[in-house]
Amino acid sequence: MEDILIENLSKSYSSGWPGRPPFVALDGLSLTVERGESFGFLGPNGAGKTTTLKILMGLVQATSGKAMVLGKPAGDVESRRRIGFLPESPYFYDYLTAEEFLEFYGQLAGLQRANIASRVTALLDLVSLGEARSRQLRRFSKGMLQRIGLAQALIHEPELIILDEPMTGLDPVGRKQVRDLILNLRDQGKTVFFSTHILPDVEMICDRIGIVMRGRLVASGRVEDLLRQGDTKSVEIVCQGIQGIEDLNATENAVIRTCATRILQQGRQCLIVLPNSDLVDSMVGEIRRRGGRLLSVTPHKVSLEDLFLESSLPNSLDVREEALRGKSH
Amino acid sequence: MTAIGAIALNAFRESLRDKILYNLLLFAGLLIGLSVLLADLSITEHHKIIADMGLAAINLTGAIIAIFVGISLVNKEIERKTVYTIVSRPISRSFFILGKYAGLALTLLVNIAIMFGVFLVTLGLYHVPIGLSLFQAIHLIFVELLVMTAIAIFFSTFSSTTLSAILSLGLYIIGHLTADLKNLAEKSESGVTSWIMSALYYLFPNLEALNIKGQAAVGIPVDFGYLLLATLYGMLYAAVLIAGACLVFQRRDF
Repeated sequence: MEDILIENLSKSYSSGWPGRPPFVALDGLSLTVERGESFGFLGPNGAGKTTTLKILMGLVQATSGKAMVLGKPAGDVESRRRIGFLPESPYFYDYLTAEEFLEFYGQLAGLQRANIASRVTALLDLVSLGEARSRQLRRFSKGMLQRIGLAQALIHEPELIILDEPMTGLDPVGRKQVRDLILNLRDQGKTVFFSTHILPDVEMICDRIGIVMRGRLVASGRVEDLLRQGDTKSVEIVCQGIQGIEDLNATENAVIRTCATRILQQGRQCLIVLPNSDLVDSMVGEIRRRGGRLLSVTPHKVSLEDLFLESSLPNSLDVREEALRGKSH
Repeated sequence: MTAIGAIALNAFRESLRDKILYNLLLFAGLLIGLSVLLADLSITEHHKIIADMGLAAINLTGAIIAIFVGISLVNKEIERKTVYTIVSRPISRSFFILGKYAGLALTLLVNIAIMFGVFLVTLGLYHVPIGLSLFQAIHLIFVELLVMTAIAIFFSTFSSTTLSAILSLGLYIIGHLTADLKNLAEKSESGVTSWIMSALYYLFPNLEALNIKGQAAVGIPVDFGYLLLATLYGMLYAAVLIAGACLVFQRRDF
């Protein structure tokens, strides 16, 4: 069962001037997030990530299309009882202490006064801010603010947590804490839908990802499945004992010249980069034929960053969409 | 209702922890002090000058708080994105506006009470008689501030901070000149001008109807019928504006 269902969602903003075309933030976006999964929503700045999240939270009205959250139309007041939300780079009421801040959000979530106190203590401990409970938020570091922001999103024990760039601006320690929190939520069976730029974290914590470019979903699926599609990006071969290999004009280097995309000679050692694994056998044969000694063969798989960058190419949209049609569920 | 109360208390707490309000209270104290100084310099009507200027100081300070805090209440939340975490809660957006309005009304009530307390002490020190009329005047000042707060919040739901300030201040000034609009309507020979002036007279808030400072300063109370009618007028005007603000806020994108 899906917790988030988006079908053909579009959003345009008026330019404010007659005759000038509207700005299209979302252009027929479709995706689903299943219950209990951790879904990473990737895309460059201005791709439409925040607009999508705002529509899901009812902060913005879609121009057309369908957005359902927990089985109800996006923005439904009652279903918000089951959703926790952290906006991007939020400013919080900095005159409040951490404790007052969470109490306030507990009241807004409709929690009983007796329950609020225990929830506040538990959450402050969860986000490692127990010692700062009486400190005003204006004295918090950015990482602490992000963690208290996460705590407010969790105060009412929501089933679905929507986070907009939860790791932005955090140092490695802060990122790890947020990452662990997300993993912890997933382990509790919660659904986590978050947008981010921090790709290494995505590989670690996401069950599935979606990449959005110019308001359209260009890739969606399990990280390993998406990376497998690209297969091996390149192969690096290190050998020694072959001199003059860098001279590509020499007749004896004809095979190497045909196969390699890059050759680097340092002393006796030589690095040869091949564009794919199909050429490895012939290159190894050539090295042996020339009396060289093979030291290593290292295949380089397509990384999430490669996939992300490739998806951002202007002409990749339609090609990739075609390729992925039917693979994303 | 819990949500409205929580938002109201939070707005009140914000204003308490905001040092601008303390500066304004100091400003009111100085103005009341100045009224004593002016009264000392004048030959007659010491009591009237102290009472009149004191009430005017309270009114002016209250209006500054109502307009400038009022316009920032909603705009600041939008600019700083704090509104995202509020309106994404299981509450109606109208609750946010109502809570903010109630919070600022509470802030104004506390501020007016403090300033009125200082004012009464000043009157006592200078042996100025303290009559019912002063309490009636301060009551209607508070009603006027409730109207001004509603105006400021209404404008801030759809315009920038600067524009909201200009529009609110404009209405505050026009609101005290509505009698002139009525005069113009009555004296105009053109039917169109007369109709427009009459329409504007009824459209703009008649803040002069809430101003009884002049007669309160000389100790003449108004009858309770007038007081009740003026209060109802002010509350109704504020309610319509707050309803309008809720309607606009309900539909806007963030």
